[in-house]
Amino acid sequence: MTSTTNPITAEALSATTLLRFATAGSVDDGKSTLVGRLLHDSKSVLTDQLEAVERASQSRGQEAPDLALLTDGLRAEREQGITIDVAYRYFATARRRFILADTPGHVQYTRNMVTGASTAELAVVLVDARNGVVEQTRRHAAVAALLRVPHVVLAVNKMDLVDYAEPVFAAIAEEFTSYAASLGVPDITAIPISALAGDNVVEPSAHMDWYGGPTVLEHLETVPVSHDLTGCLPRFPVQYVIRPQTAEHPDYRGYAGQIASGMFRVGDPVTVLPSGRTTTIAGIDALGSSVDTAWAPQSVTLLLADDLDVSRGDLIAPAGAAPAVTQDVRATVCHLHERPLRVGERVLLKHATRTVKAIVKELPYRIDLSHGLAHDNDPEHLEVNDIGAVVLRTAEPLPLDAYADSRLTGSFLLIDPADGTTLTAGMAGEAFAERASAAAAAADDEGWDF
Amino acid sequence: MTTTVAHSDATDSPYALSHLDALESEAVHIFREVAGEFERPVVLFSGGKDSIVMLHLALKAFAPAAVPFALLHVDTGHNFPEVLEFRDRTVAEHSLRLHVASVQDYIDDGRLRERPDGTRNPLQTVPLTDAIRELRFDAVFGGGRRDEEKARAKERVFSLRDEFSQWDPRRQRPELWSLYNGRHAPGEHVRVFPLSNWTELDVWQYIAREDIALPQIYFAHEREVFKRSGMWLTAGEWGGPKDGEQSENRLVRYRTVGDMSCTGAVDSDATTLDAVIAEIAASRLTERGATRADDKMSEAAMEDRKREGYF
Repeated sequence: MTSTTNPITAEALSATTLLRFATAGSVDDGKSTLVGRLLHDSKSVLTDQLEAVERASQSRGQEAPDLALLTDGLRAEREQGITIDVAYRYFATARRRFILADTPGHVQYTRNMVTGASTAELAVVLVDARNGVVEQTRRHAAVAALLRVPHVVLAVNKMDLVDYAEPVFAAIAEEFTSYAASLGVPDITAIPISALAGDNVVEPSAHMDWYGGPTVLEHLETVPVSHDLTGCLPRFPVQYVIRPQTAEHPDYRGYAGQIASGMFRVGDPVTVLPSGRTTTIAGIDALGSSVDTAWAPQSVTLLLADDLDVSRGDLIAPAGAAPAVTQDVRATVCHLHERPLRVGERVLLKHATRTVKAIVKELPYRIDLSHGLAHDNDPEHLEVNDIGAVVLRTAEPLPLDAYADSRLTGSFLLIDPADGTTLTAGMAGEAFAERASAAAAAADDEGWDF
Repeated sequence: MTTTVAHSDATDSPYALSHLDALESEAVHIFREVAGEFERPVVLFSGGKDSIVMLHLALKAFAPAAVPFALLHVDTGHNFPEVLEFRDRTVAEHSLRLHVASVQDYIDDGRLRERPDGTRNPLQTVPLTDAIRELRFDAVFGGGRRDEEKARAKERVFSLRDEFSQWDPRRQRPELWSLYNGRHAPGEHVRVFPLSNWTELDVWQYIAREDIALPQIYFAHEREVFKRSGMWLTAGEWGGPKDGEQSENRLVRYRTVGDMSCTGAVDSDATTLDAVIAEIAASRLTERGATRADDKMSEAAMEDRKREGYF
């Protein structure tokens, strides 16, 4: 990128954009078949991969190639017939490159869907048209809402088994949409499909004239991937200080990082947190070229007008719109590890590029994702796959945003200081329910900004 | 039926990054995280295209300062001479420090034994893990991509290895947002894969966009080859052709560059980057399916080698 004053260049127009999305649903819903069909019908599965699937299918006595085998990675999984982790898949069309986080949908793997959804701009939730919205569907919608995935697709699968009947689809779409909207999901698209037969996955269905919307792939190709940057809070976590100290660059001192949110311009007055000192941006190096503006998620190097003591872990934000620094963190968390999280536990908290000591002060409640988001107050501990509220006290002040305002500077990990295990994923602020009721009050809310 | 709760624009904003810019930015972020959090990182550098792209990204990530890492190459003794020459030229050009772990040394002094099939790829694991331990590297950058192989699809960007360099899929840490957890015990290290989310085509498009120099064997050229296990192997002292194998001159190029004993050439007349990209976009075989004998051994070949400490 050589010029950023006018971002609409021939190069930008001819380039494809990247969409990261996640799928959720169980084997019974046909998720692996849907993913296999997306890969297969978009011609992303190559001959040698298909031959391997055909060989494996034949050796199990199956007549047709089992497209689910394309996505089963490890031998441990094949032997047990389960999916134990998030698998990443890659495919491309002329319009877009896709990164798919394929997550197993079983109840005990909430953490995997949380992991996949954390980087996703879109989540596909699968339901079986014969069963409609079930407990697991509500759980998946809740995880997408909790992680603030901006776009959700409800894929109503196995339409061939309900005679491609519109009323079946309409009832499920209606029930899901009102539930997900009540959780605060800003954009919901329902699509009737048959992954097995290929209806409305890549090619439009010949059996559902009553459906006028996009196929799953068409929707993936056209859903907007970048949000209104001007509405986002500019945030720049400092990763590394670049100081060549060479004859050519004796005084160069640049702050390297990836813009987490929003846009920065040369001349902007900025505050460095947690110190609170202010200066202005004197220059921006965008991987080899000097630019006037830069925006998320570009990796750049900022040059500051004043010689401040800035180091890894600091956050650079606009002077007038910097987050408050705090040592008291209230957050919604997903516990990721078999070792439970307890009050009084000492942990490390990793936020953006800073890691600090912290102590778990309170566990106010656990949320039951499947039963109307019921709160179970003052749980003894949080177990693996539990979603709950946590109050932490940190040893040093943190410039923490609310997760609802900024996914990257509002999120953190809790780490076991003894062995480095990642214990818990945290999102600063209250969970979706409170946010949704607030959003419902402001009916003209334009949705979340990222 | 589309239900849109809130208004959203149907076209991409002018600020949406191209997929190459997004992948580049992510990889640079990964390099800088490692520089910020580890004591002794090293970049695995073979002179193959993925490691060349890694080095290019590292140079951009820290410019105008020098790359704060050394390089490590595991030389099988059967590497392509053109690639070794390219490796040394690149190291000199950027004033880098290169460590070489030699499989041939291990065979010469009896620590490793030549396999009956002459394939040296699996023999790289021991010199690699020894070098990591002896030189006390705590982060090791590899050019592995998740699109290469099914066992790699579940690999983390930061992949924890125990003191035997072993990979345990059940011990890997969940990776959320762009928060990478690099904590490790003394003796353990972390393998880091900045190109995790890249595909073969992305790598080639990026090479073209950035005008990155590659060894000539990636482009079509006349070469004396012979057929073994359905692949065109380079004839030479390393072990071929044997009885019953006929060598012939063909117009070929390499899609991957590894040990000569198990890396096959593909028939190709692609002499330019554009021609290579067009060829890959039209190919119906994966890069490993077309060119790697070692991955054809079993359905779980890569999973097994990864567990033992392979790249």
